[in-house]
Amino acid sequence: MPRNIIDIVDLTVDEINELIATAEDIIADPVKYQNACAHKQLATLFFEPSTRTRLSFESAMLSLGGSVLGFSEANSSSTAKGETVGDTIHTVSCYADIIAMRHPKEGAPYAAAQFSEVPIINAGDGGHNHPTQTLTDLLTIHREKGRLDNFTIGFCGDLKFGRTVHSLVNALSRYGNINFVLISPLELKLPRYVKEEALKKKGIPYTQTTDLESVIPQLDILYMTRVQKERFFNEEDYLRLKDSYILTPEKLTNAKESLSILHPLPRVNEISVAVDRDPRAAYWKQVKNGKFIRMALIMKLLGIQV
Amino acid sequence: MNIDSIQNGVVLDHIQAGKSMDIYKYLHLDQLDCSVAIIKNVRSGRMGKKDIIKIDSPMEVDLDVLGYIDSNITVNVIRDGVRVEKKHVELPRKLVNIIRCKNPRCITVAEPQLDAIFLLSDPEKHTYRCAYCETAIDKKF
Repeated sequence: MPRNIIDIVDLTVDEINELIATAEDIIADPVKYQNACAHKQLATLFFEPSTRTRLSFESAMLSLGGSVLGFSEANSSSTAKGETVGDTIHTVSCYADIIAMRHPKEGAPYAAAQFSEVPIINAGDGGHNHPTQTLTDLLTIHREKGRLDNFTIGFCGDLKFGRTVHSLVNALSRYGNINFVLISPLELKLPRYVKEEALKKKGIPYTQTTDLESVIPQLDILYMTRVQKERFFNEEDYLRLKDSYILTPEKLTNAKESLSILHPLPRVNEISVAVDRDPRAAYWKQVKNGKFIRMALIMKLLGIQV
Repeated sequence: MNIDSIQNGVVLDHIQAGKSMDIYKYLHLDQLDCSVAIIKNVRSGRMGKKDIIKIDSPMEVDLDVLGYIDSNITVNVIRDGVRVEKKHVELPRKLVNIIRCKNPRCITVAEPQLDAIFLLSDPEKHTYRCAYCETAIDKKF
């Protein structure tokens, strides 16, 4: 059975730490890895659009000396003719050594793994999981803070439907001494089951608030997400709430000098472009880190060591 | 009320009163040609009232289905009029093709030929989660 990464919890804490160490080594000496995956092929099967995830996977494989095949929309595959995920995966696993797939349906990568002879990486399945974004977030935190424990992290925006938030809360709950500050409109609070499973059961402290500015001074990391207009039933509520979470240089006045600001992107307007020039903005570094952690993951799943 | 004892078959006992029709449905007993007796509201010292199902033919009963519906049920295997085996069921850790996911965004709804797999996530609350999309289904029985 090939090893698959469908959910971040498919990786142990030791394995995540090992991936981060490999990514750090790749960043320090990329030349050492430039032929690590020579003659290996990565299939990127994107049944729905993506900018960062697909291109970072492809860039990762090319930087490892491997090659890439695949499609970037369902309409350019036999899915348009009604082919099932299972049959598509069965076919592609005859050609590729490893598959990264994004699909609009939740659980599609779990289904794919039942039909694949090669490792499957979930590159996002609807609003469900996005484990390589979580790995990217973890590498970024590690690079910014030098550790994955002993800090206060604020999650701000849509905590209800944001899959990256659920996964990152879950992943960080396995590290020690982290305070979680959950900042969201009442309508978009972190789901109860995530709080129960990831935080309460483990006795991990957390606070919930609607007011970003009152908690910003205590944060070491601020993880911004987009408040999604389409989730609101009432347009007035959306208009009232969306501005509370537009991060501006003024709102950062009382924040720590050592704060790191993360965002899984794409952003719409929740982080003012003026913040991009603030040295605390880490989200563009986060984009770059996504490539390095995916290089480490591809090597791990292919059993390649350098 | 008298129901004949069976010679070769299966007796499902200690069914919580009122659940026998769920078991009839989920075990697909309607598809059997043999006699099947559903006895409801039988007096029970331990349970007050209980249901019993007697199946007048040897068959392999899906213990996962029984465990999911009611983990107190006992399965008695009858051969030549004598009970030769008594099985206790338990809450199964995994359900395959017993219930379907209701999440319209789940791949198993879009592709119903996939096995519907549920994993027990909270034994105390009897909560199962879809193995694909993790949507929780509270045990409805």
